[in-house]
Amino acid sequence: MTSGTSRTSNRWLSKTAVNGVLLIAALYTLFPLIWLLTAAAKDAGNLLGGDVFSFEGFDLAHNLSELTAYQDGIYFRWYGNSLLYAGIGALGCSLVSVAAGYAFDKYRFRGKEKLFALVLLGVLLPSTALSLPLYLLAVETGTVNTYWAVLIPALVNPFGVYLSRIFSAGYIPDEVLEAARIDGAGELRTFWSVGLRMVMPGFVTVFLFQFTAIWNNFFLPLVMLSDKDLYPLSLGLYNWHSNANADPAFYPMVVTGSLLAVTPLIIAFVVLQRHWKAGLTAGSLK
Amino acid sequence: MNDKADPVRGTPDPATGTPGPAHATPGPATSPPGPAHGTSGPATSTPDPARGNDSRRPAKALSTRARTRLAAGALLTPFFVLFTVAMIVPVVYALWLSLFTEKQSGLGFDGPRTVFDGLGNYAAALGDQAFRDGFWVLLGYCAFYIPLMGGGAIVLALLLDTTLARARRFFQLALFLPHAIPGLIAALIWIYLYTPQLSPVVAAMEAGGIGFDFFSSAGTLPSIVNIALWEWLGYNVVIFYAALQAVDRSLLEAATVDGAGNWRIAFSIKLPLIRSSLVMVLLFTIIGSLQLFTEPLILSRGSGSAVTSTWTPNMYAYSAAFERNDYGLAAAASVLIALVAAVLSFAVTRFTHRKEARS
Repeated sequence: MTSGTSRTSNRWLSKTAVNGVLLIAALYTLFPLIWLLTAAAKDAGNLLGGDVFSFEGFDLAHNLSELTAYQDGIYFRWYGNSLLYAGIGALGCSLVSVAAGYAFDKYRFRGKEKLFALVLLGVLLPSTALSLPLYLLAVETGTVNTYWAVLIPALVNPFGVYLSRIFSAGYIPDEVLEAARIDGAGELRTFWSVGLRMVMPGFVTVFLFQFTAIWNNFFLPLVMLSDKDLYPLSLGLYNWHSNANADPAFYPMVVTGSLLAVTPLIIAFVVLQRHWKAGLTAGSLK
Repeated sequence: MNDKADPVRGTPDPATGTPGPAHATPGPATSPPGPAHGTSGPATSTPDPARGNDSRRPAKALSTRARTRLAAGALLTPFFVLFTVAMIVPVVYALWLSLFTEKQSGLGFDGPRTVFDGLGNYAAALGDQAFRDGFWVLLGYCAFYIPLMGGGAIVLALLLDTTLARARRFFQLALFLPHAIPGLIAALIWIYLYTPQLSPVVAAMEAGGIGFDFFSSAGTLPSIVNIALWEWLGYNVVIFYAALQAVDRSLLEAATVDGAGNWRIAFSIKLPLIRSSLVMVLLFTIIGSLQLFTEPLILSRGSGSAVTSTWTPNMYAYSAAFERNDYGLAAAASVLIALVAAVLSFAVTRFTHRKEARS
């Protein structure tokens, strides 16, 4: 920060050190992803014995066709399931969260802060400690091993409500709501056509967070589902991985399947950088 | 949503009549919509003029208050219904289940019976060496993981925040990307990278004369810490960096003018100012650590792995439910894990001068 002339070389050194450390850290995080990319393109022989960073034994097409062919393309059924759980779950969750966050922000009612404290308690509840009870409950209600068993818990994210309240306070000025009321709009209509529109960045952020959380969730589907047709990607890949010990032919399928599974999320994160950063910031500041 | 809007909007206060009952609708803010929908029928016709005359207060103010009350209820209900179904009920159900156990009847003719057992399951879990060992494993894991994660993330965020750093957006994205990888797949990738026949890492280490078995009993913990670190490091860096960016720049300039160096500024000004972020990350890291499951589960499936099926408390609960079919014990273990999380969260927030629930 100080740039006296005598310290130029010193500064150059510091600059190298700072960026060097950052570069090493970035290599650490990127290396396994690069490995995944090259490994996914290899046949089983080269995956087990070949050089990692070459595309030696390049056979991505073959791996993809294997993936498609195995059990009538069950992999893509899992893909569809993941999209379904994460897409519908995240959409429902963000709607519900934004509505609640808006209500917490814009309305005054008795017991509001107590109720909000309950929501915050929910944030701190370890989700896996919840998964087993959810399973036992699903057994009791006969919803175990159905789409609902995974979908319903996915609709709830107390942290989404917390974020939504912050976003609502930041994005929706009270005056606009007042104006809508004077124009004669009812409260829910105001929320739907004014509040929700204005808080859209928050909505997208909650959606993105929840989508990732559901896409990445493993424990809940693991306990809930036994029918392979209902599996999301993570559970399906786990299943194949368990087979790979006995049959190495599964290795390329696991690796290529993993690459396809992470691709949409990586793209989403690169494209929507602004939003996830906004979400992290809203969650951590103030 | 739009369909719902109309009936509710059609029932401003006249439905509830005089101000008395309207105020009496009690504490839980979730309750209004229930009754509100019930009463919405009769009130659908012209709201204000109907009662306008006989109400003692100005009708408009009154109706606004009831209207907002209904609206708040309608907006909160979906969340709290789901919250109840997916969080509160399971917790209560787990507490209930944890009090019962299955006993074989005398000669085994009738099959198992479910009997009330008080705190028996808790005693059984706590009395089980395997369960207690799980917490020791977690403690060891945290001893490695938390300093590495916290220290690493803070250092990287501070470096990013200096004027010396280049290509900040690239670094943020590069560091953050692992967070987009599902935990299961992250674990798979790393386990392949740990496997001698598959891994360039192991080969490189052997070429450098370092023989390290990631699956041995000594290697297990570092193996898992590394996976978790890889997944979460960038996420926390971005949180810290965002917080640092919000620090008032004029404050830093003033410190520079006063002769403070970069180190001094980092430790005496920046870090104290982002304390609430530090606390939040610590909190989520602890809660996350208690849930350790996916990575060791996958490691445990490898041949020759030192990870047992009850290695962490979560794995213990899982195996109690699915390998031993002892739901009472599984529920008790889950409750105990949640309880530990609650106590630790409370301790952390308490210890670091509790911050107000913001907003």
